[in-house]
Order: sequence, then structure tokens, then C-alpha cells
Amino acid sequence: MITEKAITDLIYREAELLDTMQWQEWLDLFHPEGRYWMPLEWQQQDPVLQPSLMYEDLLLLKVRVERLSGERTFSQKPKSRCHHLLQAPRIVACDPAAGVFKARTSYIYTETRGDLLERYSGWASHDLVEVGDTLKIKLKRVDLVNFDAPFGNIQLFM
Amino acid sequence: MAKYGRNAHAVAALVREGEVHRDVYVDPEIFELEMEHLFPNSWVYVGHASQLSKPGDFVTATIGRQPVLASRHTDGSIHVFYNRCPHKGVKIASEPCGNTGKFFRCPYHAWSFKTDGALLAIPLKKGYEGTGFADTQASGGLSKVKNVVIYRDFIFARLSDNGVSFEDYFGESLSTIDNMADRSPEGKLAVVATPIRYMHTCNWKMLVENQTDTCHPMVAHESSAGTAVKVWKREQGDSTETPMAVQLYGPFMSPYEFYEQSGIRIWPNGHGHTGVANSIHSNYSDVTGYLDQMVAAYGETRAHEILGEVRHNTVYFPNIMVKGAVQILRNFIPIAVDKTLVESWVYRLVGAPDKLYERALMYNRFINAPTSIVGHDDLEMYERAQEGLKSNGNQWVNLRRLYESNEEQDVTAVINGTSERQMRNQFHAWAKFMTMDMDKHVEAAE
Repeated sequence: MITEKAITDLIYREAELLDTMQWQEWLDLFHPEGRYWMPLEWQQQDPVLQPSLMYEDLLLLKVRVERLSGERTFSQKPKSRCHHLLQAPRIVACDPAAGVFKARTSYIYTETRGDLLERYSGWASHDLVEVGDTLKIKLKRVDLVNFDAPFGNIQLFM
Repeated sequence: MAKYGRNAHAVAALVREGEVHRDVYVDPEIFELEMEHLFPNSWVYVGHASQLSKPGDFVTATIGRQPVLASRHTDGSIHVFYNRCPHKGVKIASEPCGNTGKFFRCPYHAWSFKTDGALLAIPLKKGYEGTGFADTQASGGLSKVKNVVIYRDFIFARLSDNGVSFEDYFGESLSTIDNMADRSPEGKLAVVATPIRYMHTCNWKMLVENQTDTCHPMVAHESSAGTAVKVWKREQGDSTETPMAVQLYGPFMSPYEFYEQSGIRIWPNGHGHTGVANSIHSNYSDVTGYLDQMVAAYGETRAHEILGEVRHNTVYFPNIMVKGAVQILRNFIPIAVDKTLVESWVYRLVGAPDKLYERALMYNRFINAPTSIVGHDDLEMYERAQEGLKSNGNQWVNLRRLYESNEEQDVTAVINGTSERQMRNQFHAWAKFMTMDMDKHVEAAE
């Protein structure tokens, strides 16, 4: 039986995996049909016919993860690191009967590389599904508070 | 220490046969002179008429570093103004776009202006009676940019009163804009969303040069496109259809021979494009129903002619790149000598299937976003160049690939696709538009 605690545990676990650069374990949290989405518009509804910063399936996320450790990935020499500071997730839905599990988490995200450090603020929305006894990410949506600002490189995952 | 101001000879000497001096990328004085001379002397992209569909619609932009404002007047005409109140200089519009209603109203003292720029009203107008106000520039309303041309809905402006005409400046290079618009069965493009914005800590010209640099994709993008191809080969299993994403990434890894034979075309005044015979955009999957729409609109022959033209990147000097085959325009907006804001716009082909817009949006986020792995590859190179060029060991950047002695300038030519000739073409235009009004200043000073 999936509980609210199981949802928050997954969200904290995800942040820990990203902060410790355990990329494969992070990918394993996704459902095979899972997506990672960073909208470019306020309260955006459509990831396909409206512009986004990212809208990627598992194949594309694998490409990113593999690229990070590539011998000729020069934008990762030196490597980036990241830090997630999460507010307690707010459970939006936890309905085992309907199979609906959703949470929204306010966060401050830090990405650093070499001497540079950039901070971003926003909200992560997790849309989860039950697979076996565990939860998998069907959709992780990352809404930045300043989604339309001109950022420099964002190379890791919020 | 001023080395270059009012010194056309010194500026022109930064460009020599197959080489440019590093000061064009790193010297703040050169950057200031670009803002003062190069950008005002050039035809610069302001916006797209589809963003101004109704009276009162406006967009803001910068030319060099001067803020401008384009608006749709009640009679349907489009006007471009300097974006400042004639009173105290306050920007009239501060948003990227919007609708101002029947008139612009300065938020500071409520001076108001018609959407053609004419002064409409000033509170307590009688306070200006007998003051000679009518003789000041302010009484004329918003200062207008006189040289504005709208070509197939693309709004271009030249700030200098005198200079090269629009037709002479762009000439045959407009064929890329034609091709992009013709790809709509209605011959029309529409901006329906905001651009992707990406800040680059490098000089704007590095980005422009990179648009026709065909010897870098298989090297610099091995990490992104190369990995995409590798992961797909491993994961594809028995699927027969290549996903749209892999179709977009894959061709970046084409070998040198591919780019050599696909060719580069150059035009006078610094314009040019890659992908003459074919390009990395040649082999995308057909979109159901689209060809039929095109044939119905244009006839069999013309439809195939339009879709058979798959130019890769077209540089419109000084600072935009147009990709007709995927309906993208990148605007390389100079902020400082080592800072460039890149805005990448996608145009919707009016009347064409959604799938084409989906593909263009996907391409834009794969290649032109701050979250784009291809973008990460490129920006790393620009940043390293911006740093490396501070070295005094060698003060020249080499552009000699496939250089031929006595290379003609300001001509139209089709050449080997790995040539650096388009970069040489750009720098010839750079020197020309930087110095064309400098000599007068020199004379005036003497």
C-alpha cells in the first residue's frame, strides 16, 4: 500500500541521488514512459506545441547521463556539481485505488562548475505511478520562477 | 587607451588576408565602435509582423545597444521608433511585446503618443505656450527610425540616415527568408510563442562565425550528437523507425566529406549559407499530408522546388541566422564585448501540419537552449576562446581554410562546404560597415 510517506521518501531520495551524482540510480526512478519537463511559459499546459527548455524521455535522459562522463565532453572539464534544498513536499494526490500519486515541492537548486555558482528557484511537480510495490516517476515537471530569463548553461538536473 | 576611435585605418587593419586580430573579439573599445558604427550602418532585424497583428500591438528590441519599439498603427502601417519619451528619456515600452491600445502613454508624466509616434497630448499643455517648445525635437513626438523595410513580414531597420539600401544590402540572400515563408502552404509565417533565451559569456561574432563552421560539429558535438547516436544504436532493439529526436541529432555527426560536398554560398555584404546541395536537414521523415498541401498550393513542380531547398544556416550580417528548413531565427544580441544574449525564435508555418511546428520547437530546445547539450558543447568552446585570446603569444585568429589568393570580395559564389570563406566574407563586411562613416569623423576632427 503506497502511503504519503512513500511519495515524500521518493522525492528526497531523488534529490540525494542527484546531489551525489548517482545518475544510473536516478534514471532507475523513472517509469519506462517517464518524462522530464522544464516548461518555458507560465502555467504551461502543452509540452509539445508550446516551447519548453526540456521535454525528454528516458532515451534522451540516458544520452545526457552518458554524455556527462564522456571522455570528450569538454563542458564537463571540470565537472559540474549540484545541490537541492527542498521544502517539505505537498501531497497533491495519494489515491492508491485510482493509482494517482502527485506532489509539489518548492526548491532552491544550486549548480556549480569551476569557480562559478548559479542558484535557481522553482517548484518540482512529481506525477508518480505504482509499479510492483514501488513508485516510479511518470512525469517530473520543473517550473522555474524565472523560466523566461536568459540563463547560462544548466547541465545537470533540478 | 583609445586606439581605434576615429581611426578607420587602424580598424580596417584588424582584418587581413585570412586572419583577424583578436581585438575584434576582446577589445572593449572595438565593441563600443561596433555599437556606434557597425550596427547603425547595417540592416538589423527588429521583429516579425505577425507579432503586430492588431492595431496597438508593439514589440521592443535593441539595435546595437539602442532600444527601439515597433508598433502597428490604426491604419495598419508598422512604425519603428527609438524607445524613449521625448521628454525625459523614459522608455515608453518596457515589455518584450504587448498591446498599448489607441496610444502610448509615458508612465512618468503622461505624455501620450499616437501609434504612429505623433505627439497626442501633454498634461497642462499651456505651460509650454510661448516657450519655443514647438521648435524642439520633443514636439515631434517619438523619434522615428526612418529606414525601415518589411520583407515577407520580417521587419528590418537601419538607424543611419545614409547607407546601403535594403535591396543592395541583402540582394539575393533574401531567398532563404523566401524559402522559409514559402514552406507554408499560405506563404505565411507566424510567431506564436516567446523565444528561447540563452546568455553567452563571449563575443557576439564567435556565435555568428560558428553558424557556417562545418569543421566543428563532428568534433565539438561528439559528446552530444555522438552520444545520442551511440545510445540509440544500443537501445533501439528491433524498432524500425528512428525517433524524431535521433533524426535531429544524428546528422551533426556527418563526416567531413558530407559537409565538403554540401557546399557554402556567399553573397555580398557578409551574408552566406551552408547546405547548398543538401544539408543536415535533408533526411527528416515526411510529415503526413504536408506535401499534398504544398502541391495543392503551389503545383507539383514549385512545391518540390521549395521543399528541395534545404539550406542549413543562413547568416544575415551582422547578427542573425535563419534556418528555413526548420523555421528558426537566432538573434545574437550584443550586450558587452564578452557577453551576448541569444534569442532563438521559432516560426509556425501557417496552414501546415502541427508536426512541423513540433519538430521546429524540438530542434530549438535541443540545440539553442541553456539546457541544450549541443549548446553546452558550443558555449564551452566560445568561453575558452574568449579566455585564450587574451594571450599575447599570437594575436591573430586564423581563417585560412581553403583560402585562394586574390579572393574576390563582395561577390556571389558557391564553394567547398568546409571553406572558411564565409567567415572571411563576414569580416570583410565588418571592416566595411565599421569604417564607412569613420573617415568623415576623421576629417571633421582635423
